[in-house]
Amino acid sequence: MNKTEDFISLEHVHKSFAGVHALNDLSLTIKKGEIHCLAGENGSGKSTLIKVISGIHAPSEGVIRIGDKRLKRLTPKQAIALGVQVIYQDFSLFANLTVAENLALNTNLAQNKKFVSWKNVYALAREAMAKLQIDIDLNKEVGSLPVAQKQLIAIARALMFNARLIIMDEPTTALTGKEVQVLFDIVRQIQKDGIAVLFVSHKMREMLDISERITVIRNGIKVAEGPTTDFDEKLLTYHMTGQEFTNEKYMLEVDAKETPRLEAHNYCGKGFQNINLCLHKKEVIGITGLLGSGRTELAKAFFGMQKDTKGQLLIDGKQVQLSSISEAIKNGIAYVPEDRLSEGLFLSQSIKRNILATTLDSGDSSFFIDKKGAAERATRMVAEIGIKTNNPENPVNTLSGGNQQKVVLGKWLLTNAKILILNGPTVGVDIGSKAEIHKRIRNIAQEGDLAVIMFSDDIHELVHNCNRIIIMHKGEFVDEIPARAAEENDINNRLKELV
Amino acid sequence: MKLHLRSEFIIGSVLLLAMLVIGTINPAFWHLDNIFNLLRNNIVIGIMAMGVLLILISGGIDVSFPAFAVASAYITIKLVVFWQLPGVLLPILMSIIFGALFGLINAFFVAKFKMIPLIVTLGTGGMVRGFLLGFVGTSMININKMPRPLIDLSKLEIFSGLNADGTHYGLTVLVLFYVFTALAIHFLLKYTMLGRSIYALGGDPVSAERAGFNIPGIQTFIYCLAGALAGFAGILHNSLIWLSNPRDMMGFELDVIAAVVLGGASIFGGKGTVLGTVLGVFMLVLVKNSLIIMKVDTTWQRVVVGVIILAATAITAYRDKKTNA
Amino acid sequence: MLKNAQPNIRDFFNKNNNLLQLIAITVLIFVVMSALNPVKFLRYYNFESIAFSFPELGLLSIAMMIAMLTGGIDLSVVGIANFTAIIAGKLFQATLVGKDLPPSVTLMYVVLGIVIVLVVGALAGMLNGFLITRVGITPILATMGTGQLFVGFSLVITGGPAIVGFPEMWSMIGNEKVLGVAVPCWIFFIVATATAYILNKTSFGIKLMLIGTNAKAAVYSGIDKNGIILKGYMLTGVLSAITGIIMSGRTNAAKSDYGSSYVLQAVLVAVLAGTNPAGGYGTVFGVFIAVIGLMFLSSGLMIMRFSNFLVDFIWGAFLLLIMVVNYYNNKRRAACK
Repeated sequence: MNKTEDFISLEHVHKSFAGVHALNDLSLTIKKGEIHCLAGENGSGKSTLIKVISGIHAPSEGVIRIGDKRLKRLTPKQAIALGVQVIYQDFSLFANLTVAENLALNTNLAQNKKFVSWKNVYALAREAMAKLQIDIDLNKEVGSLPVAQKQLIAIARALMFNARLIIMDEPTTALTGKEVQVLFDIVRQIQKDGIAVLFVSHKMREMLDISERITVIRNGIKVAEGPTTDFDEKLLTYHMTGQEFTNEKYMLEVDAKETPRLEAHNYCGKGFQNINLCLHKKEVIGITGLLGSGRTELAKAFFGMQKDTKGQLLIDGKQVQLSSISEAIKNGIAYVPEDRLSEGLFLSQSIKRNILATTLDSGDSSFFIDKKGAAERATRMVAEIGIKTNNPENPVNTLSGGNQQKVVLGKWLLTNAKILILNGPTVGVDIGSKAEIHKRIRNIAQEGDLAVIMFSDDIHELVHNCNRIIIMHKGEFVDEIPARAAEENDINNRLKELV
Repeated sequence: MKLHLRSEFIIGSVLLLAMLVIGTINPAFWHLDNIFNLLRNNIVIGIMAMGVLLILISGGIDVSFPAFAVASAYITIKLVVFWQLPGVLLPILMSIIFGALFGLINAFFVAKFKMIPLIVTLGTGGMVRGFLLGFVGTSMININKMPRPLIDLSKLEIFSGLNADGTHYGLTVLVLFYVFTALAIHFLLKYTMLGRSIYALGGDPVSAERAGFNIPGIQTFIYCLAGALAGFAGILHNSLIWLSNPRDMMGFELDVIAAVVLGGASIFGGKGTVLGTVLGVFMLVLVKNSLIIMKVDTTWQRVVVGVIILAATAITAYRDKKTNA
Repeated sequence: MLKNAQPNIRDFFNKNNNLLQLIAITVLIFVVMSALNPVKFLRYYNFESIAFSFPELGLLSIAMMIAMLTGGIDLSVVGIANFTAIIAGKLFQATLVGKDLPPSVTLMYVVLGIVIVLVVGALAGMLNGFLITRVGITPILATMGTGQLFVGFSLVITGGPAIVGFPEMWSMIGNEKVLGVAVPCWIFFIVATATAYILNKTSFGIKLMLIGTNAKAAVYSGIDKNGIILKGYMLTGVLSAITGIIMSGRTNAAKSDYGSSYVLQAVLVAVLAGTNPAGGYGTVFGVFIAVIGLMFLSSGLMIMRFSNFLVDFIWGAFLLLIMVVNYYNNKRRAACK
């Protein structure tokens, strides 16, 4: 290998936190001007690796080689001086400041400026814009911009520092399909200037599209490395998860004469319109779509979070108006939110309290708690859903991500829900728990006569768990694929064609 | 941001309207005598408000500054009397330094231990007040004992004139101190990296840290500066009222914070301007002082202040709800 | 595995670390003060006077803790206490003063006064809750504003000076003993127990804690966030009003600015008690221990002829010291993990 082509190499890097190996004998080489993908599941060690490269963490063992220098560690300042720039998932922008200032602030800080010349700020900002050939109103507050523009500003800002390597942490998470294409164009444009891009992601299709080389890590260990042409989705999945997925799909014969659990006729609301849906019990359907397709809005509307919806909604043949969450719950709807940590859990509270959160009023009185009943419910649910803990009085933050997700699921199973809405059911859940959660969902659909709607952009998950998959676009249902015909690639292609 | 949405514009318009209404009810409002008096009442609250503004922008809050102001000024004047120190410059400097030192205590706890500013400043405020009354003294230093130069300072006037009945009125020179302080803080916030870093810190502390800002350093600076401003305001206050009372300014923090929030600063940090604060302070002073002119019983003063706080914050909350929706 | 779900001792210690620390500090204060003033501190009279004086601060601190449980704060507690007491005083002035009424009628008016005080307290709390949940004002500003309103209205009603002339039965509430225990003390224990029960054993209390821990998750669990917070502030208002009864009973007077330093002290006690000012955690028992500890501290200091002001100084220092200790404790515990 021609070493002069390399920009940075990590050689046999170890990093452990309190005895736990986050990185284990990991070697990674990024060449000058290449688009390199770092693939791995959540918790695989990707973010630790980013922090080692950007100088935030010092490796416990190993060497970092840049040019002909061999270093024990980098400091953040050194990393920046060497041209390493990280674009974090949240972009690290200042929402309360203008576009111009966001672009110029870090440069001014790095140059140790004491005073601010606003003329200079605007000059810097225009220069940054020019580099990316973009045009955004410099006087706007960043907080008022759409996500895609925020990302462009973050990239433009990174380029201000004579960047040699730009690390993008999950850059497509909040982008629509079209915006992803724009981003990719920009990444290729950056590459032309000889800047390397480390693209950190867990979305296989995107990685295969954009990168030239891929490194896959799992549990802090490098498990695969090579030119992108050597990989396909199946192989990538295998490396990332360490297991072959058995392709048993969820096939279901629906008795069409039976009253549907949920019916929607011309259901309209903010972000979606003309939704027609007929959902029977025991069904598990998947709804997917690009970001901005209206699927999140629809999911939330089903859970009573939109006040003025139009059209008809029937549950078990009875017309309902779901204008509040409590209304929705009363009508048998359960909702597992997208972001477990911020929307689903009470982290410092006990597992028991978390599980009971939805059924506190279920006793004879809505004020006094039926203590025995509550304890019984909690114990039963912990056992039933297989939460691994030796004491349900422990705070829920002592559990792993998968077990935490089970807690969220469990609190809804106690409500005797008829319809279970899962918004991103396994986001951030490790592979083992993922399979287990999927199994549970099927079981409850089958045994509890539930109708399940999964909103997800994990096509793999949908294909293997839903008896039909609906594609949403611009607020409408545009496609429906039954389980037997569902193919991951096919659905991905259909999604890509949507503009 | 569009002009009509800027809080400075809104508060400015309301202020103008309020002045017109008050002036119509009682034309005496427009007498220079009254206007000068209003301006004079802005000085102390205004200078303290500058310190609160800095802290609110950074995402913190401070309820200790009235205690700091009183303590700095009272200790200074005691020392000045005891040592027979001359002039005005030295006492003012001393009070500012005492204030900054008190501020350093806040800074220590907020920056080093990452404690919640409200709790810290509640604690330090109580401590300093207790220290002052318990160790330094409880008795007022009245006009007979007050250093003459400080009294004379407040008697210096930029403009003066005679009322119809022959009484004298004038605009104290101390107003200039307020103007210069406001301009200096404006310059700091708008044209220095340190000032911009306060906005960055208040806007997004995590991003500010990633960008490489020295956050404990910034916090230390602002809490010390706020303390210094309190010390400054304290000594000017004593100069204006010709006495020094260690029990003064109880409950003052509410008025000042209200004025700053009224001026458009966000209690969540990241937002606020000197112009807005100046207008907010003026609004508060105007309403409090004009109750007398409008022949409203003074016992209503507190009610009116409460209503102003609630109305202003309700409007802000409503606006934030709208823009976020 | 789940059969053995009995919390073991180590779990208990871990979870109640702050509480144990608090008890230890209180015992330490007691021991030190007893050693420094062996005669005067351990006198019956000293404890008797503590028994009459701590319930006011204790109840206000519980009120403050409840506001903090929701992630808020209530700076209007003392304002509410005085305002309600003044309204009761006005009632008595209008009905009782200068008239020679039979005790049964007086008793009726006293009961009516108590009811009115509690209702006004609840309404005042409701105003806070309304401004916070429906209008969307941050708690600190909302209660700061209403605090001014309550003080303001008190001033308007009284014109400044204290209202006097509470009936004798009313001042019995503040000064008598029942079964050898001060009436304010009885009131405190009854109200505190009831509050502890409400917070820990009722659906309302648990919802309040859940909201304080994660308001968004609470909404997503179908909990009526605004309604519960509103009720939380109403409870705060009622507790403040009860304090108003005790304060006016003890001094036989009500004034707009009586006990204004209680606001800071109530925050101090609540935080010392281990309440998380960001919401979600706090115990009535902790508040009780914290307030008793501080009472020992201040009475001990008073016996040593420390002035009121020095006590304030020491309290402030104490608050900061405890926070620093907690900071290092939490850091050490985090490192152990």
